[in-house]
Amino acid sequence: MTGAQALIRCLEEEKVTTVFGYPGVAICPFYDAILDSDIKTVLIRTEQNAAHAASGMARMTGRPGVCAVTSGPGATNLITGIATAFADSIPLVCFTGQVNSELIGSDVFQEADITGAVESFVKYSYLVKNAKDIPRVVKEAFHIANTGRKGPVLIDLPIDIQNQEIGRFSYPDEVKLRTYKPTVKGNALQIKKVVKELEKAKRPLICAGGGIRLSNAKGELKNLIEEYRIPVVSTMMGIGVMPTDHPLYFGMVGNNGWPWANRAMKEADLIMMIGARVADRAVNQPERVMKDTVLIHIDVDPAEIGKNAGATIPIVGDAKSILNDIAEYEIDGDFEDWINTLNTYKTEMPVLRNPDPAYVDPAAFIRSLSLKMKDNAVYVADVGQNQIWSCKYHVVKNGRFMTTGGMGTMGYSIPAAMGAKMAAPDRQVVAVCGDGSFQMSMMELATMRQYGIKVKIIVLKNNYLGMVRQYQHFSLKDRYSVVDLSGSPDLENIAAAYGMKFIRVNDMNGADKKIDEFLAGDESCLMECIIDPMDLV
Amino acid sequence: MKRIFSVLVENRSGVLCKVAGLFSRRSFNIDSLAVGETDDNAVSMMTILSSGTEQTLEQIEKQLNKKLDVIKVKTFDESKAVTRELMLIKVKYNKGNRREIMETCEVMKAEIVDMSEKMMILQICDTPEKIRLMISMLSQVSIVEVARTGTLALQKCMED
Repeated sequence: MTGAQALIRCLEEEKVTTVFGYPGVAICPFYDAILDSDIKTVLIRTEQNAAHAASGMARMTGRPGVCAVTSGPGATNLITGIATAFADSIPLVCFTGQVNSELIGSDVFQEADITGAVESFVKYSYLVKNAKDIPRVVKEAFHIANTGRKGPVLIDLPIDIQNQEIGRFSYPDEVKLRTYKPTVKGNALQIKKVVKELEKAKRPLICAGGGIRLSNAKGELKNLIEEYRIPVVSTMMGIGVMPTDHPLYFGMVGNNGWPWANRAMKEADLIMMIGARVADRAVNQPERVMKDTVLIHIDVDPAEIGKNAGATIPIVGDAKSILNDIAEYEIDGDFEDWINTLNTYKTEMPVLRNPDPAYVDPAAFIRSLSLKMKDNAVYVADVGQNQIWSCKYHVVKNGRFMTTGGMGTMGYSIPAAMGAKMAAPDRQVVAVCGDGSFQMSMMELATMRQYGIKVKIIVLKNNYLGMVRQYQHFSLKDRYSVVDLSGSPDLENIAAAYGMKFIRVNDMNGADKKIDEFLAGDESCLMECIIDPMDLV
Repeated sequence: MKRIFSVLVENRSGVLCKVAGLFSRRSFNIDSLAVGETDDNAVSMMTILSSGTEQTLEQIEKQLNKKLDVIKVKTFDESKAVTRELMLIKVKYNKGNRREIMETCEVMKAEIVDMSEKMMILQICDTPEKIRLMISMLSQVSIVEVARTGTLALQKCMED
């Protein structure tokens, strides 16, 4: 058995169903061996999207997404996707071909030091120098990617190693890593302290981050807050861990969040951050927000605790396990007044939008769309103004909301939606992007057609890089620089070229009917919504 | 604030780069760095002297611990450690200052380890503070080259 055949056996052992990628000579032994397996391969149209598609799949399945590309430019093209998964803590195992191991370092054709290049964006990387190491390396990679704080792991495979004979294949039962033992269970004393502080608190608030989803603790969170009646806000990555219309959920915080959610953060006397990094976009000036607040910070990554805000009670561990431990206690507290106050803020604080009726109002449109989407539908938001509108106006029922809140990589939504759709073919998957982000991943319409991936795509078209234009409007006194998207293709023709159904919405008149048409049936469809170029989030 | 990080790492290629990269990537200071094998040849010890705020120093420790090639991180203040640095220093001398240089060596417990008609190499092994002092003492004569190992440190035996 060759190294490449062993690799495929390892993927089978890890129950990998799909590999996204782009071959080149240096990864050909891998792609040759995979022909003899039931694992599906998807020829993505640019490597970055292989990582995004794997990310979309990982977020649906809870298992690492897998991609495989060639050496040199193939590997370097993958980097943005890897960095995105790293920032968003999404588990990936990425294979890159590499030149013959004896030639490494001599700058031969399509050679790049990929393990060196991705060092600060991966949890770990391997350059395999002996094919016999492959089973151990792959076993470790899947373990590292999907435990602790999840993230991407890269395995660099010189072509001669893929062709090397390894003899008998055996897959290790367990990993032995003396340097890697992530904490799962939270410290019992700290948990007791949390209970005590909660009993003292008058205005407690839970801020839920993406870690809730990653540790599969959505149910635990819901049980806890319903039992103790504690209000919840979320970060961008935490959207969807609570149904939007849950009476104890008060929406997204941050500089693009809801004013009442931010006010709740300011006025709370106890904040429990769970699986959230206290990053700048969620909590601006944490020292000020947290000054007189008891901050309980629960995270699986000890380095996140105290990085951006000093925690009163730090707890390292898995959110699910810790929430279960907290729920063991009876908590004596009545927070109804606080909840009522927050409800008053929610109804009284104004949200100023004066949509021009000549265009589609993204807020009303997204709300209407999400209410019409299936109960368990998957909504993937891209990056830009479309992301903020999606975060604010998409109503999550029992489905999923996915976006790259950490890295903010334009072009994420279409490939991620493809990965999600392949992971859950029975679910409705909608990608919502702007005309800028759409053009960053437009080439994947071919992949969708080739493999029959029925993703529905909405393009909010304003002929601008809207988020940057908005910044230039506010901060640079309307000196617009390099944000004009004139020259964009006619999307109706694009849809026709890729054999997709096309719908255009010019304004809100009849938009509902068009949304029904867009969502009908399980077929891919491209919908263009003309929005006000001057609209602001 | 200064702190010493004693970092046990897997003795593999690329590990030094990963640790050094972590410091540059997150704008942490490296005041000094010394690396060598331990009694176990699969394990290397990196002794890193760094400075920063208490929060930064805490982050350094946590980020080091996140690296999968890092086996163990110990941190301590200089006062809690035995520290040594080895320096080789090449100086030009003449009849006028030869005596003075030799006296300095005697006071500083340095040795002359090589010599020609015009130049000599001095060796000193002492605390970083004494090394700095030695350099300043010799700044009067013309220093040709200096090579330093960086600070090595072990936590003092007395534990409280």
